[in-house]
Amino acid sequence: MLAALIIVFREVFEAGLIVGIVMAVTAGVSGRALWISGGVSAGVLGACVVALFTGGLSQLFGGAGQEVFNAGILGFAVVMLTWHNVWMSRHGRELAEELRAAGEAVVAGSKSLLALAIVVAVAVLREGSEVVLFLYGVAAAQGGGSWALVAGGFAGLVLGSLVCLLTYLGLVSIPSRYLFGVTSALIAFLAAGMAAQAIAFLEQANIVTTLDQTVWNTSWILKDSSFLGRALHTLIGYVDQPTAMQVVVYALTLAVIAILMKLFAAPPTQRPRAA
Amino acid sequence: MTGKSSRSDAFDRRHLLAVAFLASAAQLFSRGASAEDAVALSLTIKDGKFEPAELHAPAGRALEIHVTNLNAIPSEFESGDLHFEKIVPAGKEAVVRVRPQQPGRYTFFDDFHRETKGALVVP
Repeated sequence: MLAALIIVFREVFEAGLIVGIVMAVTAGVSGRALWISGGVSAGVLGACVVALFTGGLSQLFGGAGQEVFNAGILGFAVVMLTWHNVWMSRHGRELAEELRAAGEAVVAGSKSLLALAIVVAVAVLREGSEVVLFLYGVAAAQGGGSWALVAGGFAGLVLGSLVCLLTYLGLVSIPSRYLFGVTSALIAFLAAGMAAQAIAFLEQANIVTTLDQTVWNTSWILKDSSFLGRALHTLIGYVDQPTAMQVVVYALTLAVIAILMKLFAAPPTQRPRAA
Repeated sequence: MTGKSSRSDAFDRRHLLAVAFLASAAQLFSRGASAEDAVALSLTIKDGKFEPAELHAPAGRALEIHVTNLNAIPSEFESGDLHFEKIVPAGKEAVVRVRPQQPGRYTFFDDFHRETKGALVVP
């Protein structure tokens, strides 16, 4: 069934980009497979729960429950991504040294791994709940699941996971001395995009109403509902018709992350063993 | 002496900022409340089509689109032009708020069934 394949692929693809980045960010950190698969599992479980309660969720906050919930978990993910980047700017070098020495790396890395596992869980939960709703809805309408539906969904899952794998392989092929810079930038843009998306949900819920004029319209070049538009939306937060508030929050998130990373960066002369 | 007075200046300035912030927050909420007089529009999704396929609304007024999904499967009511995306389970109604718009034609669609399209026309 083509519709199932397309919907599942689209959602797994979006979550897969994020999981791929997180896998590259944590490459070499021991115990990461457990944390990331834990994040994915928690996300899948959460997606089923959210899908189950979508009807009830919608009724909350005067009909804006879905929006408030989405904005909330996106905001949480932004905090986790920010925290990860700040943590890495402080401990990245020690971590790299400890990795060679192994041993304590597990303890040092696990703090940041928790933040990233939460990000993975949020991404899987958001995209996964749409998959669950769609597949369950189709199955219910058909009066039961069908092999076509299962095959379509499975094919979508495999293709989407392939994107995750390609993202990971692409990133880890970057020479390791640049990898930290590249992944820090990716994480910062990911966080800024999520913050802008959270604002979009708050605007939709009528909670944020200031600076609501559309700043530009690039839908004639690239629609954010197109395939490439979606990929860029997930990666850097591309929106074809952003509101002023979205642009402000996007810029502010990037600025805050950059400032915090500078403030908390490990002093360059911190080499006690060298003397 | 001067140090003390400049400190209290800074304190006053901070106070002023806090008041300004609260005032703007209050304005934000009162603006939210003004959406009460929004123009209500209704729309159904049935057999993969929006009914009506074209909505009409006055310019410069906040809108409230009540969308009912009469399909047996869920829909994701979405519009890039109007900035919203909302999942509407089968047989359920959802409300989407749209801020006052300039005259124009704004498209919306069902993200779960891309061939289902409609438009809001503001004369």
